[in-house]
Amino acid sequence: MKVKYFAWVRERVGKAEELVEPPASVRTVGELIAWLAKRDEAYAHAFETPRVIRAAIDHAHVKPDAAIAGAREIAFFPPMTGG
Amino acid sequence: MTAPVTIRIQQTDFDVAREIAALTNDRTDIGAVVSFSGICRGSEGNDPIAALTLEHYPGMAEAEIKRHADEAMARWPLDGLTVIHRFGRIEPGENIVLVVTASKHRQAAFQAAEFLMDYLKTSAPFWKREESAGRTGWVEAREHDDTAAARWSKS
Repeated sequence: MKVKYFAWVRERVGKAEELVEPPASVRTVGELIAWLAKRDEAYAHAFETPRVIRAAIDHAHVKPDAAIAGAREIAFFPPMTGG
Repeated sequence: MTAPVTIRIQQTDFDVAREIAALTNDRTDIGAVVSFSGICRGSEGNDPIAALTLEHYPGMAEAEIKRHADEAMARWPLDGLTVIHRFGRIEPGENIVLVVTASKHRQAAFQAAEFLMDYLKTSAPFWKREESAGRTGWVEAREHDDTAAARWSKS
């Protein structure tokens, strides 16, 4: 699946998007965050406070317990500050 | 006729008067138009701001604003609405966002404009980066924006 990062999450991870293949045991958005955080120091820094990370699946906001099965694109970003 | 809904995410500036005219021209059924413009301030508290750079999530920004525009059309008797949100580098005094709502009477237009702005602040995927005196940093989300959006939730 494609994963996208925005704002300081993007800066900390060091890339705007990538393809990832998490193991089958990673079933929810929250589990995906935990799995990504273990990749290396950059990811650990980006996801060090999971409760502030917002997520979207296929352009719609989701909660950490949302299932990732069937997702084409998952995005992670900080709380929004537009308007 | 179906009320026109226009949503644009763009780097370039917009003309408020032209956007209002686009909603009302050649119509005599509209009695109230409310427009809200969000403008880049030159300071935050005592700190001067040189510019804001807005990052957004293309595709989701349009989809998220459309969801709230559809909800506004369903909740209030609107005769049209326009939402424009800019991205990229914006200097103090420049426009950032525009919401225009048109209706027969003012209450629906006022309320729908406020509803849309409250949700733009908290759920449209845009992020502001602030430049000031040689340093830059991401603007932090404010709790009172969440509170403002939450009051529109149906219990």
